[in-house]
Amino acid sequence: MKPAPFTYHDPTSAAEVAELLGRLDNSRLLAGGQSLMPLMNFRYVVVDHLIDLNGVGELAYIRREGPRLALGAMTRQRDLEFSPEIAAASPIILEALGQVGHRQTRNRGTFGGSLCHLDPSAELANIALLHDAELEILSRDGSRRTSMGEFAKGFMTPDLGEGEFLAGASFAAWPQGHGWAFEEFSRRRGDFAIVASGVLLTLDSAGAIDRAAIALSGVGPIPVRLAEAESALKGQTPGHEACRAAAIAASRIEAMEDAQVGAKYRRHLARILTYRALERAGARARRLSE
Amino acid sequence: MTDRWRIRLKVNGKEYEREIETRLNLADFLRHELLLTGTHVGCEHGVCGACTVLVDGQSLRSCLMLAVQAAGKEIATVEGLGDPENLHPLQAAFREHHGLQCGYCTPGMLMTLVEFLRDHPDPDEAEVREAISGNLCRCTGYQGIVDAALAAAASLRENPLKG
Repeated sequence: MKPAPFTYHDPTSAAEVAELLGRLDNSRLLAGGQSLMPLMNFRYVVVDHLIDLNGVGELAYIRREGPRLALGAMTRQRDLEFSPEIAAASPIILEALGQVGHRQTRNRGTFGGSLCHLDPSAELANIALLHDAELEILSRDGSRRTSMGEFAKGFMTPDLGEGEFLAGASFAAWPQGHGWAFEEFSRRRGDFAIVASGVLLTLDSAGAIDRAAIALSGVGPIPVRLAEAESALKGQTPGHEACRAAAIAASRIEAMEDAQVGAKYRRHLARILTYRALERAGARARRLSE
Repeated sequence: MTDRWRIRLKVNGKEYEREIETRLNLADFLRHELLLTGTHVGCEHGVCGACTVLVDGQSLRSCLMLAVQAAGKEIATVEGLGDPENLHPLQAAFREHHGLQCGYCTPGMLMTLVEFLRDHPDPDEAEVREAISGNLCRCTGYQGIVDAALAAAASLRENPLKG
């Protein structure tokens, strides 16, 4: 089984990528290949030009920039998983990554590839939305910035125009001592999640929630934040009542339905997983503040 | 017109140079161009793990990498592990603990575990199960494979590989 014929390009700089992408018709970028290669093997995707990003070193980085964490689009999931900067700044990323495929796919799969493929249940898209990631988009005409919320335009559809590509993303790390938890359910470990819920929170000196973020993926066609539930949590102690209220909000978002998983079941999972994630994040924050 | 590139790479320490179609994946390249048929091809879309090889020391699914992307890299396949007279400790443990029946998944299991035991020399059973979670076996079940991996880990701790 092999892809339909294409012309292969191996640029070594982002400028070269922008130039090729702007010039070549029916071209596609190849990042880690863990989604695009199967699609090409099946010939669901047939391209005239394949532009391989694997030689573009400047797109692979993990940088701490003051309070922000910057990740290059071609950073391997494995490199995130083993990064001391990530472990220190945002340990939820490690918990989420442990559920992204398997070692063999994380060795190859990239951060940006996952954001652009934008599978509705992708852990890294959830993580980017949860952190209000700011994305850097390049093209022959220059660069622009957008938020993860804007970028996730629709079902597996990133907001990328003709000739545009994702260069990287950055987000503000939450303060030391924040609580976090990533909960997902999949039929077998390493499979695509059916639903996942990511939670970040901070507590004030009285032990009440000061700030909370909740991102759900796999429920609707794109990952979503529970903005109302997040603001409702402010000032509450992270106990049963608070978890229950957020869980109910999670169960009320519109859910997709397919041959395997009904909408009702997705909403059920959203409720249970959000409760658990919030409960664990709260317990963590309490422990860290003691 | 067919897009063909000339590539050079090392497989199990040996240099090769071939002219290939750019759409050829690494698994098919190893099997059809180099006649190294130890690497098995199962699902061809990155689910079964049978085609796992090491590229520059990291395990990956060779059906999801183009051969042209392997230019300049060092590949390790099951052929490089041992031979019938001189089995790699993992291979010896698989034989000892009935870690295979039909053998189809075995090369992928072995290459996955080579990387895993290199990075985690003293794993517990849960860690071994996690490590092989991306490799499907449809006949012996996983118990023999897990037993073999734990036995090989112990044997490698006692007698580390030379070189």
